Amino acid sequence: MDKFTTLTGVAAPMPLVNIDTDMIIPKQFLKTILRSGLGKNLFDEMRFDDNGNEIPDFVLNQPAYRNAQILVAGGNFGCGSSREHAPWALADFGIRVVISTSFADIFYGNCFKNGMLPIVLPQDQVDILMDDAGKGANARIAVDLEAQTVTSSDGQEFHFDIDPFKKHCLLNGLDDIALTLAKVSAIDTFEAQATQARPWV
Amino acid sequence: MPKTLYDKIWDAHVVHDDADGTCLLYIDRHLVHEVTSPQAFEGLRMAGRRVRAPEKTIAVPDHNVPTTPDREQGIKNEESRIQVDALDRNARDFGVNYYPVNDIRQGIVHIVGPEQGWTLPGMTVVCGDSHTATHGAFGALAHGIGTSEVEHVLATQTLIQQKSKNMKVEITGSLLPGVTAKDITLSVIGVTGTAGGTGYVIEYCGQAIEELSMEGRMTVCNMAIEGGARAGLIAPDEKTFQYVKGRPHAPKGAQWDAALAWWKTLKSDPDAHWDKVITLKGEEIAPVVTWGTSPEDVLPITSEVPDPDSFSGGKVDGVRRALDYMGLKPGQKLTDIEIDTVFIGSCTNGRIEDLRAAAAILKGQKIKPGLRAMVVPGSGLVRAQAEEEGLAQIFLDAGFEWRLAGCSMCLAMNPDQLSPGERCAATSNRNFEGRQGRGGRTHLMSPAMAAAAAITGRLTDIREMMAQPA
Repeated sequence: MDKFTTLTGVAAPMPLVNIDTDMIIPKQFLKTILRSGLGKNLFDEMRFDDNGNEIPDFVLNQPAYRNAQILVAGGNFGCGSSREHAPWALADFGIRVVISTSFADIFYGNCFKNGMLPIVLPQDQVDILMDDAGKGANARIAVDLEAQTVTSSDGQEFHFDIDPFKKHCLLNGLDDIALTLAKVSAIDTFEAQATQARPWV
Repeated sequence: MPKTLYDKIWDAHVVHDDADGTCLLYIDRHLVHEVTSPQAFEGLRMAGRRVRAPEKTIAVPDHNVPTTPDREQGIKNEESRIQVDALDRNARDFGVNYYPVNDIRQGIVHIVGPEQGWTLPGMTVVCGDSHTATHGAFGALAHGIGTSEVEHVLATQTLIQQKSKNMKVEITGSLLPGVTAKDITLSVIGVTGTAGGTGYVIEYCGQAIEELSMEGRMTVCNMAIEGGARAGLIAPDEKTFQYVKGRPHAPKGAQWDAALAWWKTLKSDPDAHWDKVITLKGEEIAPVVTWGTSPEDVLPITSEVPDPDSFSGGKVDGVRRALDYMGLKPGQKLTDIEIDTVFIGSCTNGRIEDLRAAAAILKGQKIKPGLRAMVVPGSGLVRAQAEEEGLAQIFLDAGFEWRLAGCSMCLAMNPDQLSPGERCAATSNRNFEGRQGRGGRTHLMSPAMAAAAAITGRLTDIREMMAQPA
């Protein structure tokens, strides 16, 4: 997995609440058996019209935000379907950080498996960053995972909380499966005991 | 220390507990479908890993499969076919339990699991699908996971987890006639909002929940995820045990007795701690429909389309956008909304009881001319039972299409889709923009309400129809 340490980049504002994973990557693009290549269809139905032409008003189609690496979004971002295609599509487009007041549980977890950092901040701070993001390509937001800070383009610094284990894995680009397999004797022991206690499972 | 049901199941499955609260949780059942698994199996292949417990892994194609009778000749859409073929190959290569597309036991993964007795009380159940919450109806801890986690469970039979908080949702008293499990679960989301359950596992309890059938309880738990909860649970009782007993993969003989003894302990202690409690009165729940593009946009059928300005914060623009997308105006009566299509099916409402409820309304009736209406049973076995009970004929006589099992128009990955602007009365679980097809407009409701809408061609209060003499 890709490491995440620091990132300074353009942030795109998406104030809409309840942005669901169907919006992030509509189902017609879930038929792939690959993880890559979904960025071109990120937010497909908001980004392109029925003829496949760009909708100029959509934020990621605006010149300032075409290379955005950060999203500042409304609350409950990533709700709905568990599809990991949503973080795959965001990452493939180039977005590594999403900042919101809240995330849906499964989406939040999926980000960390893909070298992406979802950041939860209080409403007033998200509002400040949303305004900052609205200033366009010259306003670059800085994220530092080690220090757990987000800094707006005018130097306002906000601290965010993150689970220490998730932080450790992301900073070091660790592979969950390899970490767990290092505990395989604990799994063996549990399985043997559980089979005794609940043989019907 | 007194424990909730969630605490008890959690504690029984902790393999390893790190000091920081990160746990390795053992997974008893892993359900797999074709859309969220190919990258996980590929990951195993590339790392030279095997499936640790193929006997606890159950695969079935459901999202992509066509539901028209010609599917026996193969899937025409190339991408869908490749995905289903990949599941076929992965299931055989890795030796997991498998119900291929033309097996009568094939169906929606969350209907097949309970039906075959794979889902049992006290288990941990996961699937790369958010509606895994369905299995919570059995008193199992069941939730959706992403594809990386699918790979993790395949390789290790465990998940890295942190414990959620406990929420109790109590529905007191009894439901009134015409009110169903779907109305309970939508009404709860109407109260909590779609993010209200985030960080929690919900236990549903109270007289109205106890009075539900197992099918109804599955409908309630299915939509726990739409309220943002990690999982929904209902304590197992006699109804649960009766439902499970005799199913192909349920324990038998002495193992049944041992299992039953443990299952009977699976309930929250009376003085257990709850981080949040919500109580609704069963008799105050009305038949509801959604009017917007989030499951929290729900109101009793007797209501009017709300005004965006009556909301606050980011929701004002959200509602404005939703009404524009849905083609609705504030103040419009919900019962004046005309529909083009009716979809009865999905993991929320594709079980036999749902088909019975819809057929009871449709018996001797015809759908409104020009309307498109389809019933997609949740599994091949539900379909067969419905045919045996004469329900299929009622649907066909009324003018419905009678389809083969699959997810179908709930998420429209197969050919069953809405056209732009087409308005659908649906028994499924999500009314998101584009969910049932680009530009499609979805109103969620119970099977009986969907059947009533099929007859009148508009959103309809089922209670009016029940009052009419037969």
